[in-house]
Amino acid sequence: MNPDASTIAAGAPIEVDLTPIAEGQDIKVFWRGKPIYISHRTKKQIDEARKVPVSSLPDPQSDEQRVKAGHDQWLVVVGICTHLGCIPIAHEGAYDGFFCPCHGSVYDTSGRIRQGPAPSNLPVPPYTFVSDTKIQIG
Amino acid sequence: MSGPSDFQPTNPALKWIERRLPIMGLMHSSFVAYPTPRNLNYWWTFGAILSLMLGVQILTGVILAMHYTPHADLAFKSVELIVRDVNYGWLLRNIHASGASMFFFAVYIHMFRGLYYGSYKEPREVLWILGVIIYLLMMATGFMGYVLPWGQMSFWGATVITNLFSAVPYVGDSIVTLLWGGYSVGNPTLNRFFSLHYLLPFVIAGVVVLHIWALHVAGQNNPAGVEPKTEKDTVAFTPYATMKDMFGVSCFMLFFAWFIFYMPNYLGDADNYIPANPGVTPAHIVPEWYYLPFYAILRSIPNKLAGVVAMFGAIIILAFLPWLDSAKTRSSKYRPLAKQFFWVFVVVCIGLGYLGAQPPEGIYVIVGRILTFCYFAYFLILLPLLSRIEKPRPVPNSIADDVLAKTGRKAAPMVSTVIALMVAGGLLVGGAQNARAEDHGASPPGQKWSFSGPFGKFDRGALQRGLKVYKEVCASCHGLSYVAFRNLAETGGPGYSVAQAQAFASEYKVKDGPNDQGDMFERPGRPADYFPSPFPNEQAARAANGGAYPPDLSLITKARSYKRGFPMFLIDFFTQYQEQGPDYVAAVLQGYEDKAPAGFTLPEGSNYNKYFPGHAIKMPKPLNDGQVTYDDGSPATVAQYAKDVTTFLMWAAEPHMEARKALGLQVFVFLILLTVLLYFTKKKVWANAH
Repeated sequence: MNPDASTIAAGAPIEVDLTPIAEGQDIKVFWRGKPIYISHRTKKQIDEARKVPVSSLPDPQSDEQRVKAGHDQWLVVVGICTHLGCIPIAHEGAYDGFFCPCHGSVYDTSGRIRQGPAPSNLPVPPYTFVSDTKIQIG
Repeated sequence: MSGPSDFQPTNPALKWIERRLPIMGLMHSSFVAYPTPRNLNYWWTFGAILSLMLGVQILTGVILAMHYTPHADLAFKSVELIVRDVNYGWLLRNIHASGASMFFFAVYIHMFRGLYYGSYKEPREVLWILGVIIYLLMMATGFMGYVLPWGQMSFWGATVITNLFSAVPYVGDSIVTLLWGGYSVGNPTLNRFFSLHYLLPFVIAGVVVLHIWALHVAGQNNPAGVEPKTEKDTVAFTPYATMKDMFGVSCFMLFFAWFIFYMPNYLGDADNYIPANPGVTPAHIVPEWYYLPFYAILRSIPNKLAGVVAMFGAIIILAFLPWLDSAKTRSSKYRPLAKQFFWVFVVVCIGLGYLGAQPPEGIYVIVGRILTFCYFAYFLILLPLLSRIEKPRPVPNSIADDVLAKTGRKAAPMVSTVIALMVAGGLLVGGAQNARAEDHGASPPGQKWSFSGPFGKFDRGALQRGLKVYKEVCASCHGLSYVAFRNLAETGGPGYSVAQAQAFASEYKVKDGPNDQGDMFERPGRPADYFPSPFPNEQAARAANGGAYPPDLSLITKARSYKRGFPMFLIDFFTQYQEQGPDYVAAVLQGYEDKAPAGFTLPEGSNYNKYFPGHAIKMPKPLNDGQVTYDDGSPATVAQYAKDVTTFLMWAAEPHMEARKALGLQVFVFLILLTVLLYFTKKKVWANAH
């Protein structure tokens, strides 16, 4: 009763072209049925994420751990709130990150949980940079 | 409820439960301490076999239902996707489909046992009637289950059987509309049949509980027909009957496994691999073999209502058996006349079954009427008569006396009857096969296929060459929509690597979309995509091909068959011959003649083919020598192309064939070992009882 061959085949990696995403913009793509946010962060958003002392976070993780070296402006996270599964809204909330309307969890510009009932940060899916302007998710 | 049990658990937690719900005591008294007649023979193991089969069908059915889509447009494909993509889906499907046949096989033996030994007589009348109810529920369940794959036979079988109810006066048409949920068999019909097919097995389970309860009140009948009088007449159910049942079950599993792993389509109909088409009725509509005797009775009576009444009457009459046969002697062992007529009755039933599969013409109709008369005469005339005039032989004083008297010649009668029944059963089923197959073309020559037989494997070279032939010749008109590019890299297939399959896929242009502008667009194929069809829909296909629709080839080698004739169909069961489809396909590809023979009028736009039924095929000769270049040096001849492309199409129709046969071998080795071990264990357990 594990997923059958056609489901697994449909869950194969996808490639996303990053060129159309302007700075400050983000898009949502689907992989394995889940929404993935791809954010083209501004310098201000990156600095805000890095200024925070990591030990003060509910789920301690540095921003550098959550992005690829040399591609710090790109944030790729799974857009499913780690509380009970709703899709958080981008560019909302006290930290200009993500805000989940269902129970009020607030994430920052690195997708980390800051306030609210969610226990952990928005997960980062497996992805690689095929070129500077293209990533493969999965 | 029954039997002696003073079962008290020692464990305090179990004691706590037992005081509040004495289920352990119930299980103990019913299945461990329960006194069982010590002279039961192997015909008595079929009750346990039936319980097991009900469990197997429910388990496999529930899992299949997780992947099945009960919608007329999606059902056929969902079944194919179960077989192709779901982990061990092919195994689940084979178990469930063959399991239905095994279920009926066991129930018929169980019923005939009841008939022979008088198990329906006082005080077991209610037990018997509950059995008839279970049988009716089984028939309804089996019928609805067969409709679910939504093949040609599913659809048309549903149409014929639901139309039966229009014979009922006044309310007939309303009943039929209620069954259909519409103006004809369609999606609403499929949905409600799925719902009921899921429900009825649990109703059956409930009636089985009542059946076993009724059995335990009266106790089992036994071959002597004499009730147990003292403790010497019985043994405890566990371990004696339990071990004997386990051995019986193991033998039955061997028989079952033969169908699951080696002959999965022997009992089925090739037409059911064609998706349902409400506009075309197949040439021979035949129900599954277990309905054939009643189908024959239905067709024997020329009047519509009388035929339906006779058919249902043939089943309902069983319920009246305890009153039709009022003879005091239970077992036919001691009723010499009844015994002989019993065997005549068995032959009548098998004969009716054979006739049910033949076209209703000529001699078949006459014999069918005679046998229908015999069937009813057995119950309505013969048994009541015998109850009054027969002089039975004296029955033994007790079961213990019976056992002591006949130590020594126990196994032989059982074995010979089993063999006789199997041959007869083979005749019945093989007869059914005949009617279904195409019977207007010449029989195709039997070819040697690398994948035939229990150890058959696909020839990788042939698969790759066949794929080339399909791509360069056939794909311009025929789709292959159930095969995905990723299948080319799976084990048991042409043996391409994942990268090669990817490259193969990317040569194709696949329609996708809509994009953000709302338009459909084309993109290169990916492994997850399916082979694209050359035409967007059936109408376009017909328009481009002179009105004829080139069928999708994904299942063609399973959707075609031909008459094997007597005694081949019997021999086929033992040699595992099931290559009717490939033989036919390869023959048609090579069977073109430039000129039709003298006296044959070829319609305009058709071509003459020796093996196509009716001889006039719309497809022009597709293969010519040298048409496709092989880079491995194989001869570029029509015969080679036909062989290779047919091998490829057999793989396309059943990609998991090699896995099926490999697992089959392991299962057989295991079951044979298990059966041998269980036999000796049973002998050891029973040693003290003799």
